[in-house]
Amino acid sequence: MENILEVTGLSKHFGGFTALSDVTLAVAKGERLGLIGPNGSGKTTLINCISGALFNDAGEVRFKGQNVARMAANARTQRGIARSFQIPRPFGSMTVRENLLVPLSYVRNLFGAKAVAEADALLHDMGLADRADVLSNQLSQVELRKMELARAMAAGPDLLISDEAMAGLSGAEVEEVLDILFKLNAKGITIIMIEHIMQAVMKFSQRVVCLDAGQIICEGSPQEVVANEYVQRAYLGD
Amino acid sequence: MKYWIGCILVVLALAGLSLSNMNEYLFFAGFVILQGVVLASAWNILGGYAGYVNFGVPAFVGVGAYTALVLHLAIDAPLLVQIAGGMVTAGLLGLFVGLLTLRLRGIFFSIATIAVIFILEAVVMNWRYVGGATGLQLTRPEVMAPFESYTRMLFVVMVVMAALAVSVARYIQISHIGRGLRAVRDSEEAAECSGVPTLRIKLIACVASGGLLGAAGTTMPMYLSYIEPASTFNLTWAVSALAMPIIGGMWHWSGPLVGALVLGTLQEAVTVTISSELNVLVVGVLLVVFVVAAPDGIIGLIRKWKTSSK
Repeated sequence: MENILEVTGLSKHFGGFTALSDVTLAVAKGERLGLIGPNGSGKTTLINCISGALFNDAGEVRFKGQNVARMAANARTQRGIARSFQIPRPFGSMTVRENLLVPLSYVRNLFGAKAVAEADALLHDMGLADRADVLSNQLSQVELRKMELARAMAAGPDLLISDEAMAGLSGAEVEEVLDILFKLNAKGITIIMIEHIMQAVMKFSQRVVCLDAGQIICEGSPQEVVANEYVQRAYLGD
Repeated sequence: MKYWIGCILVVLALAGLSLSNMNEYLFFAGFVILQGVVLASAWNILGGYAGYVNFGVPAFVGVGAYTALVLHLAIDAPLLVQIAGGMVTAGLLGLFVGLLTLRLRGIFFSIATIAVIFILEAVVMNWRYVGGATGLQLTRPEVMAPFESYTRMLFVVMVVMAALAVSVARYIQISHIGRGLRAVRDSEEAAECSGVPTLRIKLIACVASGGLLGAAGTTMPMYLSYIEPASTFNLTWAVSALAMPIIGGMWHWSGPLVGALVLGTLQEAVTVTISSELNVLVVGVLLVVFVVAAPDGIIGLIRKWKTSSK
């Protein structure tokens, strides 16, 4: 299948600390990829480099065949990369609907009634229709997570990066978010899911990549990765 | 449409007042209050909407004032040309300062804007053509009909300028630029990842804000018939421009307008009835009271009261 994202030889340093070292990764169009690894393994740095929140020091990030490594984050969003954040970052002075109007106007050039209708449809899909007029800083944790996914979707992405969208949620809430991600994937959106909740990763991912100390140590089916000796060592220690 | 009708009516009413036989001091004071409206509305475009606190207000006011002076000295330019020139120069300064500093955030951005004041003040102090450190005494040109005095004419000019500043601030707020700036203030990283070209819209805000701040300074030389760098580049401009939106409310275009009218009128009343020295004290006390008790300003209090009375 055609690759939507190709990361080649990606490296990122913070001073003397190597956060990513020569990472190479390909994601197929429509794929559900799980990205796992212990804390500090470089998962968030990798998606920051993919989404443009950080610039990589070396390597290439090709999205839909184009090298986007030197593009600003907003330009990558315009091209179809959207993301949610590990710690939710709502536009707190805006209502939930207004949060969605930002990408709708800047990425999809939708304004006025059309934009509002689109925002309301997205909020309905996320189960947030009745929270549209609430200030986003008044949302509960699960609502914040859903709103971030809705805001990412408002940009009309081809690739959605979900950064620990289930962190801090109850079992039922995790299922709710998973259900949303499955539905988005069924619409043809490629999804990279970073997650610590292994049950969710196992259930959602078609393929799993495990990072440790800034390097890919294993990739394969969820079952293969979980059974991998290096992965077990990375999580549990020697 | 309501806004524009109201705006035109207010401008016409105030312009009509200038033709009446009211006390000259009222126009003198009205000029200062309206100049506050321009400064506050202009400052709020970057400081309020985007959350980038610009302490460099005196630099922009100074550039506007000295551009007007140079145009007056060099080609005896009419007032409107002086204002246009000052706006363009200050807008370009905004672009230049923005390009250099807008990648900085928080306190680092604010400190960088302060540095611009000292650089420009040093340049002007060593520029003999504009009077250097001692300044220049100016003779006002002939007043144009139908105005009785130059002060009344400048008052009307400032009325139009205030209407322009408020309208620009309002347009930016309700346009998608305003929404983008609010997104930047709330979370710049999330804004970028939502497709907002943050640097570009911050530059737009910086140019619009700078141009209007400069415009507020252009009439200063003729208003005072005198110009010198120490008062032109004085940091109290920054304190006032920042205090007025905080007192009125920074999240809505009407906040700086209300704040400037309240603070400006109070300061003028204190100047006349007690002493001009107390002006700064009034600003300081009100600033502390609003920051502590009503961080959303007067407009925020009104909104809260409306919500609770429903």
